[in-house]
Amino acid sequence: MPLIETAPAPLLEKLPADSAVPVEGLDQPTWLVRRESLKEVAKMLGADASAGFDLLLDVCGVDYPGRAERFEVVYHLYSIGRHERLRLKVAVPEEDPVLPSLIDVWKAANWFEREVYDMFGLRFEGHPNLRRILTHEAFEGHPLRKDYDPARRWILTEDKIYRPEPRPDDEESGDDMFEPMTINIGPSHPAMHGTFRIVARLDGEVITASEVEIGYLHRCFEKMAETHTWQQVIPFTDRLNYCSAFINNVGYCRTVEKLLGVEAPPKAVWASTILSEFSRIMDHCVCNGATLVDAGALTNFWYFFQPREEIYGLLEACSGARLTVSYCRIGGLAADLPPDFEAHCRRLLEMIPPFMDDIEKLVDKNRIWLDRSVGVAAISGEQAVNWGWTGPCLRASGVANDVRRDHPYDLYDTVDWNVVVLPGGDVYDRYRIRMLEIRESLKIIRQLLDRGIPEGPYIVDDPHVALPPKDVAYNQMEAMIYHFKLIMDGIQVPAGEIYSMVEGANGELGFYAISDGSGKPYRLKVRPPCFPIMSTFSHLIQGGSVSDAVVSLGGLNIIAGELER
Amino acid sequence: MVGESWVTTTFEKLGEWGRNNSFWPLPFGTACCGIEFMSVVSSHYDMARFGYEVVRFSPRQSDLLIVAGTITDKMAPVLKKIYDQMPDPKWVVSMGACACSGGFYRAYHVMQGIDEIIPVDVYVPGCPPTPEGLMHGILQLKEKIERDRKRVKKEKATIAADRDGSSAAA
Repeated sequence: MPLIETAPAPLLEKLPADSAVPVEGLDQPTWLVRRESLKEVAKMLGADASAGFDLLLDVCGVDYPGRAERFEVVYHLYSIGRHERLRLKVAVPEEDPVLPSLIDVWKAANWFEREVYDMFGLRFEGHPNLRRILTHEAFEGHPLRKDYDPARRWILTEDKIYRPEPRPDDEESGDDMFEPMTINIGPSHPAMHGTFRIVARLDGEVITASEVEIGYLHRCFEKMAETHTWQQVIPFTDRLNYCSAFINNVGYCRTVEKLLGVEAPPKAVWASTILSEFSRIMDHCVCNGATLVDAGALTNFWYFFQPREEIYGLLEACSGARLTVSYCRIGGLAADLPPDFEAHCRRLLEMIPPFMDDIEKLVDKNRIWLDRSVGVAAISGEQAVNWGWTGPCLRASGVANDVRRDHPYDLYDTVDWNVVVLPGGDVYDRYRIRMLEIRESLKIIRQLLDRGIPEGPYIVDDPHVALPPKDVAYNQMEAMIYHFKLIMDGIQVPAGEIYSMVEGANGELGFYAISDGSGKPYRLKVRPPCFPIMSTFSHLIQGGSVSDAVVSLGGLNIIAGELER
Repeated sequence: MVGESWVTTTFEKLGEWGRNNSFWPLPFGTACCGIEFMSVVSSHYDMARFGYEVVRFSPRQSDLLIVAGTITDKMAPVLKKIYDQMPDPKWVVSMGACACSGGFYRAYHVMQGIDEIIPVDVYVPGCPPTPEGLMHGILQLKEKIERDRKRVKKEKATIAADRDGSSAAA
């Protein structure tokens, strides 16, 4: 297990004694923080420039029914400037499940804390709007507690549907000739991509306050992961960000591989890097295509979807599936690459750029698109970091942050490519950065193809991790037993915990896995890149018009499967 | 009298023919299947070939509800309302494993198939179904409507024959 050896020990000295205790031997620097001093520690780490942990990546609850203090809340912090990571753990007893809210330090804490409240029933003191976020209004109990039955449903009836009252920030409507109006958009509305709901308070056409409601696609990924074996979780990861399913596969499999201490063979790593980049291209195509459709530019949608179809062809040749590929396995790939893999990739490299050129010619200097997007829903880099942004949206605000460069995995440190950064932070730059990143991805793929397919197996030769080949399993007793054990009991992952990340199409996609050695994940938390981005939405659209809100939602690339899991 | 009945039959046929070949689908796309639905309507698969390209997002204007994606308990009342708002005659295609049965999400927040709340005409399996699968499903629906018309016509004829027979006997 690779250890990150940059424990920020001097920081501990700034704190009063015994407010935080470092834990040794984990994958990244970890402090056990006393609940009473959490706020102080957070202020020192987040607000103090010398500490510089400016990004709150994730907040995760864990339930340990056997412990004296039943719950644990885990904070993952990141320093953009120094590329350092820090994990804080706070124990919370069941009798008094209250913690201080960290919204004052990191705005990103807002939705993350609501999620912990929803899933575990822990309350955050000082949170302005602590109510359920993923489950519905008639839900009872807290589903990620270990004593909650995974299949226990609650029925929501129409009279119980939450009707948000956007908090009236504007009392000065006295001499206005228009009465403020409250409108509901979504969840079944094309501009809301099917699964979000916004209740906005309007003054004329200007949004003065709004509240975003999500959870319409909460498919209980994390609870499902706890009830399935480590391999069986792979298809569930496909359905997180289904526009670039393969990247999720890779992110999850690398996490488990690190826990197991195995490494995928060179051929699998090579193919994973190429297919991840193709998936990124597809994801950017969907995002930009959908954004432009929301702005009325339908032609580009067709132009974007054609290269996507062609990439589907490649994925289908590899895995048999178009969208939800499940092609990665723990320790390698599910099947060998098709014989014409390289030729197919090269064909795609030839074919994709002309489509992008056409789109850029149509859109980049288009007056209507410029009017709709330049300066709309703009956010500064500093603010975006405080809200927990990562990925292309953050890079469009001028912050060069990319997991592929800062914490390289697979083959990204062996190829020559650039982290694209744009200064504007508005819808236009978020569109442009995706176009530029598509070209960077093509560059990566081209270099890898030029090296040729590495020789060797596509999955590790370890019968405790990978299924033995069919003909061997049928003919040799030992192989058959391994096959049986792997199918019935699953991979036996040793006890431990790890946070591992890849650069998803929309930012840092992290998996925080805790294993107790039982053959199933004890806890698997996804750090979804679009969750903190969506939590900013209300803030982004304030002061703009409704049509601006529609365009800005598209540009953020919110994928519901990943947002709500 | 002969002329009148001739006109009536043809009108029915004409209506059904028009309906069958020009559904106005409302895509209730929530998840992965919604992305595949986008593939079906975009240029490569081009559902317009069958006359089904007039995608409407208002339930008042559509006659075919394509439920593409997982329906959670939170979404259920919304789906029910959308269905109720659609004018008759209306049909429902359940696209993908989640909409058909909850798929592999046997979980606390996922509806185990949309037929818990609304009637379904055609179930399209797959996770997600291929675009060909969805098109096949819609063509099945077309056949089903055709078959229903014939069945209704046959039933009407039987009832009429029974009545005629009984009146003749009387």
